[in-house]
Amino acid sequence: MTSKKYTPFLFFLMAFMIALGVKYFLKDQPKTQTVGLATLDLEKTVEAIPDRISYNFDVKPILSDKCYTCHGPDPKSVQGDFRLDISDHWFRTSEDDPNKQIIFPGEISKSELVDRIHSTRASHHMPPPESNLELTEREKRIIEKWIDQGAQWDRHWAYNAPVKRAPSVSESYRWSNDIIDRFVAQQMNKKGLKPAPKAPKEILLRRLYFDLVGLPPTISETDAFLIDNSENAYEKIVDRLLQSSSYGERMASIWMDIARYADTNGYQDDTERFMWPWRDWVIHAYNKNMPYEEFVSWQLAGDLLPNATKEQILATGFNRNHMITQEGGVIEEEYRVEYVADRTSTTAKSFMGLTMECARCHDHKYDEITQKDFFNLYSFFNRLEEKGRIGYQEVASPKITLNQELVRSELSFVSWPDSIPQVEVMVMEEVEELRNTYILNRGAYDAPTKHKVEGGMPANILNFDTDFPKNRLGLAQWLFDSKNPLTARVAVNNLWQQFFGIGIVATPSDFGNQGALPTHPELLDWLAVTFMEEAWDTKKMIKRIVMSATYQQSSKPTNLQLRIDPKNQYLSVFPRQKLTAEMIRDNLLVSSGLFVDKIGGPSVKPYQPPGLWDEMTGGSTNNSLKRYIMSTDGNQYRRSLYTYWKRTVPPPGMITFDASTRDYCTVERQKTSTPLQSLILLNDPQVQNAAQAIASLILDSEIKKDKDRIISLHRRITGRIPSRKALSEMIDYFETVMEMHEENTAKISEIDLELKTYTSLALLIYNLDETSQKS
Amino acid sequence: MHELNKYFQNNNRRHFLKNLGFGIGGLALGSLLDPMNIDGSNSLVPQLQAGPLPLPHFAPKAKRVIYLFQSGGPSQLDLFDYKPYLNKYRGMDLPDSIRKGQRLTGMTAGQDKFPVTGSIYNFKQYGESRAWVSDLMPHVSKVVDELCFVKSMHTEAINHDPAITFFQTGSQLPGRPSIGSWMSYGLGSLNDNLPSFIVLLSTGNGKPQPQPLYSRLWGNGFLSSLHQGVQFRSGKDPVLYLQNPDGVSKNERRKMLDHLAELNEAQEKTFGDPEINSRISNYEMAYRMQTSVPQVMDISDEPDHILRMYGKNSYTPGTYAANCLLARRLIEKDVRFVQLYHTGWDQHDNLPAQLKRQAEDVDQGTAALIMDLKQRGLLEDTLVIWGGEFGRTNYCQGKLTDTDYGRDHHPRSFTIFMAGGGIKPGFSFGETDDFGYNIVKDPMHVHDLQATLLHQFGVDHEKMIYKTQGRRFRLTDVSGEVKKDILSI
Repeated sequence: MTSKKYTPFLFFLMAFMIALGVKYFLKDQPKTQTVGLATLDLEKTVEAIPDRISYNFDVKPILSDKCYTCHGPDPKSVQGDFRLDISDHWFRTSEDDPNKQIIFPGEISKSELVDRIHSTRASHHMPPPESNLELTEREKRIIEKWIDQGAQWDRHWAYNAPVKRAPSVSESYRWSNDIIDRFVAQQMNKKGLKPAPKAPKEILLRRLYFDLVGLPPTISETDAFLIDNSENAYEKIVDRLLQSSSYGERMASIWMDIARYADTNGYQDDTERFMWPWRDWVIHAYNKNMPYEEFVSWQLAGDLLPNATKEQILATGFNRNHMITQEGGVIEEEYRVEYVADRTSTTAKSFMGLTMECARCHDHKYDEITQKDFFNLYSFFNRLEEKGRIGYQEVASPKITLNQELVRSELSFVSWPDSIPQVEVMVMEEVEELRNTYILNRGAYDAPTKHKVEGGMPANILNFDTDFPKNRLGLAQWLFDSKNPLTARVAVNNLWQQFFGIGIVATPSDFGNQGALPTHPELLDWLAVTFMEEAWDTKKMIKRIVMSATYQQSSKPTNLQLRIDPKNQYLSVFPRQKLTAEMIRDNLLVSSGLFVDKIGGPSVKPYQPPGLWDEMTGGSTNNSLKRYIMSTDGNQYRRSLYTYWKRTVPPPGMITFDASTRDYCTVERQKTSTPLQSLILLNDPQVQNAAQAIASLILDSEIKKDKDRIISLHRRITGRIPSRKALSEMIDYFETVMEMHEENTAKISEIDLELKTYTSLALLIYNLDETSQKS
Repeated sequence: MHELNKYFQNNNRRHFLKNLGFGIGGLALGSLLDPMNIDGSNSLVPQLQAGPLPLPHFAPKAKRVIYLFQSGGPSQLDLFDYKPYLNKYRGMDLPDSIRKGQRLTGMTAGQDKFPVTGSIYNFKQYGESRAWVSDLMPHVSKVVDELCFVKSMHTEAINHDPAITFFQTGSQLPGRPSIGSWMSYGLGSLNDNLPSFIVLLSTGNGKPQPQPLYSRLWGNGFLSSLHQGVQFRSGKDPVLYLQNPDGVSKNERRKMLDHLAELNEAQEKTFGDPEINSRISNYEMAYRMQTSVPQVMDISDEPDHILRMYGKNSYTPGTYAANCLLARRLIEKDVRFVQLYHTGWDQHDNLPAQLKRQAEDVDQGTAALIMDLKQRGLLEDTLVIWGGEFGRTNYCQGKLTDTDYGRDHHPRSFTIFMAGGGIKPGFSFGETDDFGYNIVKDPMHVHDLQATLLHQFGVDHEKMIYKTQGRRFRLTDVSGEVKKDILSI
């Protein structure tokens, strides 16, 4: 018990050292000990320990992260037959001392766990040194306090069904527009934060436009909003944007990441496929506000619906967007298994928020997902007649053939070009008795065990009703059962992320033990239940979010927020975010007037540097993809949603700005800042082209004074009137550059000089931080 | 605003780090300084060492890597792993007792016989180390005393895509960071005007239609895209979008960047967003790259005797030899990781004719690179690796004739070699059986090679981790052992 006696002292010492700013306290210890999180841990100790410890929110994340690898749900790696995820095991008698238990509720001194985490003997210490894991002082204190308070167990939070609770902040709270704001205010009050003022109208409008339609507002749209002082000026725009067809395109561009959409098959040979009619369907489904339940159910099981229509079958293309190999000599079954596993993981990740792929090879190490659970879900995707490898000119079966006639009669939402006689689109098709599914040892194609699975879903999440058919349709029914605790939470969390950059659960694809905990659990639940009650009405949910005062806040940080919540988890200001790769380019096109607004159809090829496809495409590949041939007739200026996606050589402008690779389902993009991004904005001929086009526009417009022209240029590109200081900086640059052009170019005409100078200035504005931000 | 600015002066860096997760590498490249600081010359280093990923774990031996990746699977049995037994029993069906259930690719699965096939090329021993090398590598044979051959490499994949992906990322499935990305993340950059992970491609002449390469092989996976490999290409735009647009002078560009910085700084004052600071420094880096990249790519300052050393191909940009020379130039500028890929090593048929051309592509350039590094004192702390994604079978694919044969993919044993970076020179590690089929001594798994590579950089491969998707990832996945026998003391 000696160790325990010193704990408070140690804690004090640490706090003291931090107070002194002795940051290098740990520096003199052996290097191997400081590995991991030394500095961060020191910071964490400062964070207050809650009065009432929550098992789910405070304790389990520690046990999961630091202990479950050897004492968790995966029976194959359990050490000493002892598991910390099962509360029965907690109260076992200690082998060291019969008077103790591993955990003795209310008695720290009788709990072996406490001895272990403080032990100075390497052989006794937990976690063991060779794991390279270590509990922080704060974590130790939390475990002790939890034991002291009775060591209560609770089901994993995300597996408890969401319940609607009223926020503690009353309806009359002056700041709130909506119940969302009361939940947000509730958390702010707890932390001592205050909401920010409303964002300036110009900034708010640009934010709203990018969020709802993925495009910037034009100057006249901004002007109309600025002078509209009516009560519902903002709401009118929200309604209009939700009705515009660009809304569906914006939503589809997010869905393409989840669906790992691409125009080629991937792997090394990477020839062409034709899934764009499926993309047209996604845009269409969003635009007609298809309920999320239907939207997902059709994609998972449209073909299994009674008297399935061509539209419902086309929707199942979702599950065929994964990569398919064409490499000669591969073992086909190895790849076929990969495709089925991809569908399984994608389903878990995007609809259930679970990292189920971990359970492919062994029972999940952190979550209560067994290998059997994985293969139960896997079996739903295992009954189509498909090949592991396809030929170079082949479209993988099962597939449907689309032609103009069919499109006219049944799929009128597909934008069919006259030039194309027909395309084959990959879809799902169930062959009931095709094959049994056996658990694969270590998930390997060549190691089937004798364990046959029948299909089903993890009962600890929600029982798979005996009425549900054991196929993809049953899966859809299970997902959208009103008692399913995950589906609605995951869906509203993804929507939240679309607007605030980070979900209420910051790990949108992991609601499990290793995932982040919700920052606003009651709000998440309220939104989830409401989403279900409102029949999964996506537009209604989106409108609620953008109408909230939370969303309409200014993004200017406040001293209070910086001091208390520098990461802005509690949303006391609107989180500034980078525009996506698509938005950055689309902003170029719209502001410069080059944009060609045409919905749907085959992918297009905007400018990219020459030679990229040639140098990476092998000889065996279908010739149509050996050389990139840029689109013409305005197709080079279409929305970036339609940019041709060749998996082995993705468009450099997109990938450099953190677009997902489309190799796998992605729910959350990276957010980085690199010198290569700067090079693109400085030198990409597309930017230069836009700068020239916008300069011509300005010169041809009614505006004649340079100062006004510069303001207009700035407004077109950033959506905002420049500050006086920024304006004078720009005027200074304008004058300097004009002089330079005059000196460098003999006998330049007045008109050319103006054009050149405005082009230079436009290029500068396209490179402003503000231009690439959603403020 | 005063208080706000002060706050950021104090806290920017820390929160920036935290926002990037483990982010030390992120900061390292963001500001392009080296957290590892082998030289101890950098004043900012103490601050950086206090970061969350304290590296190195122990004293490093190497600072930089040149990885000469031979894509397609070079035939070890025709280059380095001398097996006279195969010539003696030429045509004999490979006994099952040797094949031991090794799976076959779809290309030979239909064959009913697996006739063992010795090399058509002559082998000799070279140097003090008496290393066996075939006639195909006359230049490499002269530098064997600098090399450490590993004849017992083995891998798990049997097809190109998963096998290359495995070597480059430690996993057969796409989505993990490449070795160079891991190193950039963990160790940061050594210089402030070039990327820390640079990729050079060349096409082999051996095979008429070599299988292609793909950019995810040098991708950053789940790490920040600051750590992605940057491809340098031959031609006027070695890095995409490097050149100013037509009509934009260097002067104008400089003026623009100055004004841009002013405007962005004003924005930073309003929002205090640390991202804006990193944006400003990225623009400066981009500007420096506009000078530094063409400079390093321009070989006109190389004396003739150096070009002659790398061979006549080194005069042609984009060839393997030219890329070897470039690799040396990049290493001289302290680029952390230079990755070459040379395609065309996939000799399923017509091996004798193809392999000759293919070996000619790389022989002189490889040997010259090693000698050149050595004469400049760079070999000591630069690790050079030469090798492909798997080896080739000891039996013939297709028809075996007196003058012709082919070989299928063989993951169970193959040869790579290394030089410099604290690896034992003039040494050979591991052995295969008389059939050149199974390893009989000192196996080296792909993860072992990766673990050993990281070890030379002072990194414990089990400790360089990145937590994402609810678990901890590392380059060596869940295995890997440092093979200390190949390290010089």
